[in-house]
Formats: sequence, C-alpha cells, structure tokens
Amino acid sequence: MSQNSFNGTGEQEKALREIIAKHRSERGCLMPILHEAQGIYGYLPAEVQTIIAEELNIPLSEVYGVATFYTQFSLQPKGKHRISVCLGTACYVKGSDKILAAVERELRISCGECTPDGRFSIDSCRCVGACGLAPVMMIDEDVYGRLTEKDIPEILEKYMQD
Amino acid sequence: MVNLKINGIAVSVPEGSTILQAAKLANIRIPTLCYLKEIQCIGSCRMCLVEATGARGLVAACVYPVSEGMEVRTNTPRVRKSRKTSLELILSTHKKKCLSCVRSMNCELQKLALEYNAEEDKFGTDHDIKPIDDLSPSVVRDNSKCIMCTRCVAACEKQTIGAIGSKNRGYAKTIGSPFDVSLAHTPCVNCGQCVVACPVGALYEKSSVADVWGAIVDPSKKVVFFTAPSVRATLGEAFGLPVGTNVEGKMVTAIKQLGDISCFNMDTTADLTIMEEANELLSRLKNGGATPMFTSCCPGWIKFCEHYYPEFLPNLSTCKSPQEMFSALLKTYYCKKNGIDPKDLYVVSVIPCTAKKFEITREELGNYTDSAITTRELAKMIKEAGVDFVNLADSPYDDPFGLASGAGAIFGATGGVMEAALRTAAMALGDADEPIVFNEVRGTQGLKEATFTLGGKTVSVAIASGLANARKIIESIKSGEKNYTFVEIMACPGGCVNGGGQPYVHDEVRNSIDLKTLRAQALYDYDSDSAVRCSHDNATVTNLYNEFFGEPNSHKAHELLHTSYVARPKY
Repeated sequence: MSQNSFNGTGEQEKALREIIAKHRSERGCLMPILHEAQGIYGYLPAEVQTIIAEELNIPLSEVYGVATFYTQFSLQPKGKHRISVCLGTACYVKGSDKILAAVERELRISCGECTPDGRFSIDSCRCVGACGLAPVMMIDEDVYGRLTEKDIPEILEKYMQD
Repeated sequence: MVNLKINGIAVSVPEGSTILQAAKLANIRIPTLCYLKEIQCIGSCRMCLVEATGARGLVAACVYPVSEGMEVRTNTPRVRKSRKTSLELILSTHKKKCLSCVRSMNCELQKLALEYNAEEDKFGTDHDIKPIDDLSPSVVRDNSKCIMCTRCVAACEKQTIGAIGSKNRGYAKTIGSPFDVSLAHTPCVNCGQCVVACPVGALYEKSSVADVWGAIVDPSKKVVFFTAPSVRATLGEAFGLPVGTNVEGKMVTAIKQLGDISCFNMDTTADLTIMEEANELLSRLKNGGATPMFTSCCPGWIKFCEHYYPEFLPNLSTCKSPQEMFSALLKTYYCKKNGIDPKDLYVVSVIPCTAKKFEITREELGNYTDSAITTRELAKMIKEAGVDFVNLADSPYDDPFGLASGAGAIFGATGGVMEAALRTAAMALGDADEPIVFNEVRGTQGLKEATFTLGGKTVSVAIASGLANARKIIESIKSGEKNYTFVEIMACPGGCVNGGGQPYVHDEVRNSIDLKTLRAQALYDYDSDSAVRCSHDNATVTNLYNEFFGEPNSHKAHELLHTSYVARPKY
C-alpha cells in the first residue's frame, strides 16, 4: 500500500467511474482506463485499482499486474513539485547518481516516493536533451544544469515557499 | 491432416496441432516447464525449443503450429545447449536448498537440470532471499524458489479467482498477491490448485506434520486418524504405484505403524452427510426453503460462495462437511462412549485438500479437528517412519467407524455426492427400481446436468467441478435460465481426486494421461465392489441415529452436524 494515506475526492471518483463507463466495452480497455485514472489522481493507489477491478469485474491481481508492469504508471503519489533527475549516459558519467542521492538525502525519501507533506516527489529519467549541461535535474518545467551536490539545498529552498 | 517429420519419424496430425502435440504422437519427448495441459500454454520458459524447417531461430514446440512437410529436430547440439543455458539462467536466481526442499526428488527443475547437465552456479547465484508468506492456513509461498513459470497464476485464473498475479517486469518480476499482502488476506479459496501446478518447491501446504508427530508421542493423548474417500485412490502414487491404485488396506496398516493410532473411514460421515442433506432437501421442498440446494462438503466452494455469491448462502446446505461431522462425532459420541476426556483426544483428518486446513479454523464448526493433513503429508510421515509401504499387508479400518457404503467412497469424484444422494433420494421417494448407478452424473467433465424421475417425482440436478464451472451454473440460475432441485459443486476440477493436497504429478505425466479419470475410476471400482452401496444402508449410520441423534435433522443433529455461513468481502 502507498505510504501516503489516500485522500481522493468524491469528484475524482465520479470522474473515474465515468471513464470506466466510457471505455468498458472496448477490447483491452484496462490500459486507457489506467492511463486516464492516473490523469485524475496523479497516481494509481490501491483504492483506485480496486474500483477499476470491481467495475470491470476482473481480479485485482490483473489490474495490479498491468499497473506495475509499465513504468509510466505510478503507485506512489506525485508531489506538488516533481523532481526528475536525469540518469542518462552523459549525466551519469558526470555523476548524476550523486545528485540523486543528495536530493534523496535532503528530502528524506527515496526515488519514486513522495514527501509526507505532498510537496516533493522524486523520479529519475533518461535524458532530457540537455546533455551539454550535464548533470541535469528538472523540477516541474525548470531545468537545472551543471549541478554539484552542494547546489541542491538552495534549489529546493525555492520551492518550499508557495 | 498435416504430414511432418520429427527426428526423421513421419507423423500425421490434425491441422492446428502444435509441434509438442505431434511429438507426443511420435513418442518423442520434449521437455516443458511453463506448459501445463488444460492450464497454461504460453511458450515462455524456452525449455521446449526445437529446430523446425521454415523457422528462423529455435521455436517453442508448445505453441508453434505444425505445417505440411515440416521437419523438426528435437535433439541437436544447438537445441540441447539452448535448453541447458535456459536451465542455468533459471538456476542462477533459484534458491537451491534442494536437500531439505519439499519437492526434492520430485521437482521438475531438478529433474531437467540433471538431464541436461546444467550447472547450478554457471551464472553465479544471484538471488535475494524473499520473504516466505505463511500466513494462510493452507498455502505457503516461498518466492526465493519461484521460477516465474506462472503456472500457479494460470491455475488461479482458471478457477476464476485471480488471487495471485505478477508484479513488475523483467528481472524485478515477482509472483504474489496484489500490493504484496499475504495470500491470507485475499479472496483465495485455499483450493491449492496453484500448489499442484507448481513445478518446484515455491508453493506447498502449511504443514501440520510436526504437530501430529507431537501428539503421537504425547502419552496424555489418544490419537485418531480418519481418511477421506479419495486418499485411498491417490496415496499409492507417492510410493511409485500406478495412478488409480486403491491402497486402502496398506494405508490403514501404514497409519497404524506411525504409532498407537485408531484409524477410521471418513466414508462413514459421507454417508451421514447424505442422510442429513437428503432430509434437509426434502424439508426445503416441503416447507418452501431456498432452492436449488447446493452441496456444502467442499470448503473451497464454500469460501468461494461467501466471497463471490453471498446472495446464495441461504441455498447452501447447512450440513457440515464429512470432515467436520466426523470430528464432532469423535469429540462427543466417541469420547463419551469410550470414557475419554475430549481434550485428550487428538483428531487428525487425512484429506486430499488444502482448503480443509482453513476449514478446521472456522470457529462456527466448533474446532473439533486438531490437525488436517494432506495425502502428501501422510506420505511424508510414512516415509519418515521408514515404513515399506508397497510391501505392507492390508488392514481393515477400526471399529466403530470402519465400514461404510460405496456411496460414501465416491464422494471423492465429481458427481459422486450427487449419485450418493440420488440413491438415497430414490429410496426416500419410494422408487420401486431402487437404482444404484446414475451414469448421467459420472465423468470428469466440468459441467453435468440431468433430470430423473424417482418414485414419480422429477428431480433436476446439476454438477460442477472447477470454480469457473461453478460460476457458469450460478449465473445461469441467477438469470433464471436454469432451475434445478439440487446442485453439487466441487472447487477442484474433477473433484477431490484432483485436490490441491494430492500427490505431485510431474507435468510430463499430467500432460499425457487423464489423471482425474484414472483416480476416479479407482473409487467407482471400490463402490461397485462394496457390499453396501447406499448411505441409508450403512449400519453404522443407522446405529448412530438409534443411539445418539434420534433421527436426521433432529435437534442434536443440528447442534453437531450443521453450521452457518458468512458473507466475505472480495478485497
């Protein structure tokens, strides 16, 4: 189960049931439903997967199997600010693993997780097309390049206020 | 027909056949791991790779269709090397604790590794020890031994449960319940079809062997065993005897060699079940109770009904299963009669079933059974005791629960409970012919229905084995399409003879014989050789009513032989 407690709204659930109703008669409807469900909730918690299994009358294990098979699906909630550290070849040789470790240390969560206050989530990615600036990290739409470990606290501080 | 050659041998097979099927006809053996007849055919383990003309690389024989003029080679250096490498890759992540493994000497991976000279450590040993899930009272999962063949997942899907599935992909893939919860917290019905589908030691029953040994050596305990109808038809397999050998006499002798044990025949309470159930049905029909009435002997089916069709709980017979009737009888009637304090009596049931292990934990049944051990666990105890099973002389069951009817014995095959009930119903309804054999309800097909006229009354029945078929029957009743008087349901395909606690049968054997039919035949032969064929003619049962219960469905019978059910959530 996800570490953060589920706090989906009635509105989200209504939207979820609508998209299930929209797709249910299609063959292979589970993928588009999971995709749109993630659009509604930002991730695919157990509660959402259970509703999908119930509505489609398929075992929960099947929904869970698909949701964990594809990396595009997340079972962890995403933060208000999404951090993405590039682990592509160029960034990696420039030490982006240390950048990722520094972010994890600073926020006290692991890659793939979300802080308990919901402010930050960390993911890794493969190349954002800014290899000249390696190592690179993105926070939301902002790109930070030529990073060193000691830059991290200051950068994160900018997103602490809003 | 399609003509092809396999290793130079000409074979002719129907169009659409696979290379594996064609090879069987040519008596050529192709090894398999993930393939299991009637359960799974996905071509993923790469053990059955062969060379075939017209194909680019090696092809998986279990899924590759034959074509006219095709030439197949199953035994070339390239094929052997490929299979060996596949095995070595599987072994690199397998916990190779073979000596103490439940499947040692009976493991499909071990057998193939030996045949192909696979090295255990060719690619090193790279397994992290994964946690063992042993919270379920029935099934234990040790994923450190799992080889990802997904036969268990397919078996569970086939039962329309889907309590287990795969998680993640590639190297991170694991098999288990969604969100890593224990199997105990899923809608698993404990049928154990996953266990008998597993080729290795990743799935096994929660063993009670140590507890039973403990009771046997405890001087304050009087130990009694009783054996379920189908165990006599399967136990011999664990000692190398042919499938379908009835070993009742040897089994009783062997149990008595384990210690100072009285050994009884569970067919007795199968007969008792029929008496109670038949009377319950007649009273439902008379008093307008819920019909069709469903049988209640199968604990896998009961839990399935509680999870998936709670609206049909009133249709379930309130009769306890033969196991629970027997234990209740032992801890009351038997103890009283023999001056034994019930707490000093240790009751062991030997059952073909993993769900029975869950059943004994149900509070509402009175917790009369101390341990339920599977056919496999009994075999293990017999081996551990150094008993030379095959050469044992026969012994009869002990009194007073030794003799039973053939009707009780056929409980172990799908349709058997129905046939036993029909024999007694014919008597109760005053049918002059007193029919014994009801061929319409025999056979291992998953769905059967029949209508009989007994004593001028029309009785419409249906029989399902395997939970997918149970679902079909219930849905057809729900929609109003079908209407029956009485329905028998067994969770395992083929009934108890194919139960989740029965001896392991290698895929190769299972793929080439009709296991269910052969095992069931042993029970039908036993029945036709029985002096008493009907439950109502079982003198032990008649005596029980005279001495103890009064009459079927009496107050006392209700207290000890009947139970209630509870709706359970799916998630």
